[in-house]
Amino acid sequence: MKYVAYVDVQLKQSILDPQGEAVRSALVQMGYGGVQKVRIGKRIRVDLEAANEAECRRIMDEICSQILANPTMETYEYEIKEESGK
Amino acid sequence: MKFGVIVFPGSNCDRDCRNAIEAVGFDAEFIWHRDTSVAGYDCLVLPGGYSYGDYLRPGAIARFSPVMDSVVEYARDGRPVIGICNGFQILLEAGLLPGAMQRNVGTRFICDRVRVRIESTRTPFTSGCREGDVLTLPIAHADGNYYADPQTLAELEERGQVVFRYCNELGDATPEANPNGSLNNIAGVSNEAGNVVGMMPHPERACEAILGGTDGRRIFESVAEWVRGGVRVGQDG
Repeated sequence: MKYVAYVDVQLKQSILDPQGEAVRSALVQMGYGGVQKVRIGKRIRVDLEAANEAECRRIMDEICSQILANPTMETYEYEIKEESGK
Repeated sequence: MKFGVIVFPGSNCDRDCRNAIEAVGFDAEFIWHRDTSVAGYDCLVLPGGYSYGDYLRPGAIARFSPVMDSVVEYARDGRPVIGICNGFQILLEAGLLPGAMQRNVGTRFICDRVRVRIESTRTPFTSGCREGDVLTLPIAHADGNYYADPQTLAELEERGQVVFRYCNELGDATPEANPNGSLNNIAGVSNEAGNVVGMMPHPERACEAILGGTDGRRIFESVAEWVRGGVRVGQDG
């Protein structure tokens, strides 16, 4: 089966995000005074083949914990879609 | 005394390291990241640069280079391994050193000359220094903001694994002397055994007076002396 996984990687809440903070401060300067917090993460698309959804999730857990996210400072979650047709 | 300098795609301080090591009076050879043997070297150096373009996170992809299995084994044998700048980031990603690197506070790339205080002399790379010695070394990085969770940080401090701390001219680790927001002004750490060291400053850029300083020589001289003495980690001396 063909699957598409969308991975969302975010810094842990306990970690300062200098990039997010710079963007927040720019937004406030632009007049968006209501913006209280900006956090910059990553969204990663992975196309993969796996026997079934369970295997797909097993592979994605490995990929995410080994390389896509650094567990020291990041968390991840992902959603999987089965690719139909071509 | 032969150093092996590991070259990843995107390393850019590999030649600086070799030149500096030779200028200090030792031999150095390159090890391509696809090589799987690190036999015959007295010390391994993971140089600075932008391995794999810093894609994903600095060091995240390089840690899976074929050579890294041998580096891990070499480190587990208690032999000396040093990661400088991006090399430090690779050692962190590989789990050979605790913690992680974040973007600098202020988000800017910093190219400067800083002072660091020697916090531990039990590593091969600082064995020729005295605690409290202050070295002046260049830094050049965007992601040098050292982070470890509170428990790891406490353990690092307790076990004497902090090797270098950013400090001022008096040797005080003040907030003003911290260029990038690193926790506890940390500029370099070691593993628990002490044989693996990572540092953000570039000792290889401070080995010849004509380049503005020679404090970096002490890192390479220390490890050479350590190797000559046949001292293994865990022993006194």
